[in-house]
Amino acid sequence: MKVWHFSEMAYHPAWPELGESYRVIIPSRLYDPKIGADLYDRYLDEWALCDELGINIMTNEHHATATCADSVCTIPMAILARETKKVRLLALGMPIGNRNDPIRVAEEYATIDVISRGRLEMGFVKGVPFEIPPANTNPAELMERFWEAHDLILKAMTSHDGPFNWEGTHFHYRQVNVWPRPWQQPHPPVWMPVGSPGSASEAAARGMTIGVLNTGWVRTPAIYQAYRKTAAETGRPVTLDKLAYMALIGVGDTREEGWRRADQILGYSRTSGIVAPQFMNPPGYASDAQSAQALKTSGAGFRAGRIQSRAGRNIDPRTMSVADAIDAGLVFAGTPDDVYGQLLAFYDHVGGFAHLLMMGQGGLLDHKETVANLTLFSREVLPRLSELA
Amino acid sequence: MHRTEIGDISLETLTAGDGRPLLFLHGGDYFAQHRDFFESLARRWRVMAPRHPGFGGSERPDGFRTVHDLAYLYLDLLDRRDLRDVVLVGSSFGGWIALEMCVRCLQRIGRLVLIDSVGVKFGGREERDIADIYALPSGEHLRRTFFNPARIAPDYSAFSDEEAASIARDRAATALYGWRPYMHNPGLLQWLHRVRVPTLVVWGEKDGIVGPGYGEKLCLSLPDARFELIRQAGHYPQIERPDEVADAVERFVRAEVL
Repeated sequence: MKVWHFSEMAYHPAWPELGESYRVIIPSRLYDPKIGADLYDRYLDEWALCDELGINIMTNEHHATATCADSVCTIPMAILARETKKVRLLALGMPIGNRNDPIRVAEEYATIDVISRGRLEMGFVKGVPFEIPPANTNPAELMERFWEAHDLILKAMTSHDGPFNWEGTHFHYRQVNVWPRPWQQPHPPVWMPVGSPGSASEAAARGMTIGVLNTGWVRTPAIYQAYRKTAAETGRPVTLDKLAYMALIGVGDTREEGWRRADQILGYSRTSGIVAPQFMNPPGYASDAQSAQALKTSGAGFRAGRIQSRAGRNIDPRTMSVADAIDAGLVFAGTPDDVYGQLLAFYDHVGGFAHLLMMGQGGLLDHKETVANLTLFSREVLPRLSELA
Repeated sequence: MHRTEIGDISLETLTAGDGRPLLFLHGGDYFAQHRDFFESLARRWRVMAPRHPGFGGSERPDGFRTVHDLAYLYLDLLDRRDLRDVVLVGSSFGGWIALEMCVRCLQRIGRLVLIDSVGVKFGGREERDIADIYALPSGEHLRRTFFNPARIAPDYSAFSDEEAASIARDRAATALYGWRPYMHNPGLLQWLHRVRVPTLVVWGEKDGIVGPGYGEKLCLSLPDARFELIRQAGHYPQIERPDEVADAVERFVRAEVL
């Protein structure tokens, strides 16, 4: 099993002032660039440490938010491409339905792949609904744009005989000619985060690796099952290396220490969904049936039930305890034995996966604690994972 | 609800009444709240009120992505039915479609009525002529839309799944056609001189989505337009004051226009 360390590079100093929305409408006067620079520095140091610990690196991006100060996932990756030498670099990733220029995405990814000498993994992301206002892309056309951008980027990265023409529904170029060409041939591995069986099938049909985030004990099995089913139907080998799962991980010398770290990392889960309701379901983003339910419940039902205990009880992410989150399969926490045991149980429950996306830093977990968390994990848990997948 | 076939396209359509043809082009939402207005219109004219492609139970061909497609579709409808001297009425987003029709071809259009229409950009790049309805909290959205929201706002919790899905389709289709540029065509203002048809611009006095000042500018930009304010009404005066708006339309249509 490969492990990837992920942090959203949160700007948590602003959190106490944010009220009912941590996204879209929050003024950037709440961001102090001097504090921000120190935060970027430490988060990058933590990723650089991963190169020594044998933990791969994952970045992501969000916009107009204090929960994630990484608004361009390729920028930290570009820094780390040269600062690290061994581990692989997963950007999960680029919201290609929201970005206006897919060619620019191909150029950024290809450049990082070359600088890192072939260590890049490329994520293509649909984006959560509240990413729509910052990009002002048409939510009713988002998935069309996503797939057209996907096709264009891959063609641009794999065409090496001079320009080609692209006059699609959403993107128009007459001289597509991306330099540099990527190091990995034909192109770096492609990932997509998915949260439903339907999107898992779409990824499976194209051989993409899926990153499954925040779906937990109850929702993950059906997603993996859909992937395996469609992969088999489309004649692709069903291998565990196409399946990834994200968990928040707090490990300590004692159970108490591991839980305390997990509790701080859970600041991510407790804040990332705090969004003014009018941005939760832009028209055309979700299916008619989903939007109809949102309408009938004044939006309350739209994302409710996303986090459930094993027994099917709804858990409010804003007040979720470590015990709740372990039960829900979102967190693995405690001693190294505890973490391994929880991971193994989850692994067996969902039918296996070859990538663990480890949120080893989140929320308020400070630099010293993050280093201790990652180091202990790499020493006491990581070696045991070679037996899996 | 009837259906109207325009070539291969089938639209859910309300048709009622006799006499001179009146084509009503609806706005982005609240189609079901138009019953009283349609009844009032149907006592005077032969009313056709199609649900635009992608809205409610009307299909949207894949190539339909802009308001221009809707304008050509309804011009086609007038041609195919050989309708003449049509009273064309457009509300909000439907007003934009009506304007796009009129800058193209006036042959079959005898009168134009614009009710709290969008479609034109008057202000500078940092001025918001039309409220960003997608960024408004739901309560404020309602207060800006209706003079008396409590009387009009539907109780969606009582809707069937099918009714609610129909509203979801209305909203998704509005976004599809109107998201960016937001509810307007940047080039339309320069062609409004082509709307050489007697026009009535009707506006809800308390419209908080697109204010009466916008309506006055629109009126001044059209070659042959007059302005009428409807008291105690918001963005959809025909919903809040159905008879008053229908009376205003009738006075305008009957009047000798110079």
